[in-house]
Amino acid sequence: MRESIIMKIHYGSALAAVGLVAVHILMRLTQGYAESLEYANVIRNYHFLPYAGMLEIILILLSIHGFIGLRVILLELKQGRIYEKVISYSCFIAMIGLITYGTRTIIMVNMG
Amino acid sequence: MTQIPGLAEEHTSTPLSSSQSITLRIAKYNPVHDTEKKFMEFNIPYEKWTTVLEAILEVKKHFDHSVAVRFSCRQATCGSCGMIINGKPRLACFTKISELNSNIITVEPMNNFPIIRDLAVKFERLFDTHHKVKPYIIRDDTEITSDTKEFLQSPEELEQYIQFSNCIKCGLCNSACPTMATDSSFVGPQALAQAYRYVADSRDKGKDTRLKIIDESHGIWRCHFAGSCSQVCPKGVDPAMGIQLLRGYMLGFKS
Repeated sequence: MRESIIMKIHYGSALAAVGLVAVHILMRLTQGYAESLEYANVIRNYHFLPYAGMLEIILILLSIHGFIGLRVILLELKQGRIYEKVISYSCFIAMIGLITYGTRTIIMVNMG
Repeated sequence: MTQIPGLAEEHTSTPLSSSQSITLRIAKYNPVHDTEKKFMEFNIPYEKWTTVLEAILEVKKHFDHSVAVRFSCRQATCGSCGMIINGKPRLACFTKISELNSNIITVEPMNNFPIIRDLAVKFERLFDTHHKVKPYIIRDDTEITSDTKEFLQSPEELEQYIQFSNCIKCGLCNSACPTMATDSSFVGPQALAQAYRYVADSRDKGKDTRLKIIDESHGIWRCHFAGSCSQVCPKGVDPAMGIQLLRGYMLGFKS
């Protein structure tokens, strides 16, 4: 994949995540902040399908953005063809792993 | 002693004399047998117009002729005498001692360049990256074969790139760049500014080729926009702006 496409995904995921995380934080204000973080309310959020969907999208966006950022930092740390390939593939696998684990958590809590 | 005809005789001049003087600290380092940089100090008299290069040449002439320094035009045109002067990359011929406002002047070789000896550094990487971005106008036809005989440009079109054509390849921008310090494969602000210079030229048809060259893992996207390249340029070129404008092309904001 061309570097410009990777960076467009990086910037795009950041912009989208900022918007959705803002909604996520604003949802805390629908009731008292401390109250919104109580166990029962958090579970209720997961059971509410649109909200659970939004959490899933935030998870995907932040994972993509974070691991592309990590890849960039590691590429600047050291150079070399093999090193760069290892870093790129490792970051991609780690990103898939994190998304899978997070999705599993959201689905399990949502289903009960 | 026989004098070779045609060669100018070298005159030994008397040392500069002035009421004012500074301590000039010159970094001495030979990578072949030195493990670290050492500084030699010289007391040099100066006038208000004396440049750092003149002070270094004074040292070479009267105190230590082994000091390695690259210079040529002495008028900020050739880009040979770039070095770190009191912690900042500058051209030695373009920096007056009086404007530094310091009694101690420290000169070191440029950062992010391999050192040949003392103040002289290798320029191979800079020239390689400069060459890599194809720093020339690319098009199939020429002014000779075209009916118009010349490729006209409006003043507005000229303004798009003219400041970037002032680059003298002195390497000060690459020396100041923090990304160059960590990423040994980074293209660098000098080459990226030159890529913009030709991409923005209305006569050029090689935009896609050039953008492809810099669109790689150690290309344009590794710039952190620190802006230090633009601060140190002795010719007023703004490589940081050129890089951001190039990104505009790559993100589809410009065509």
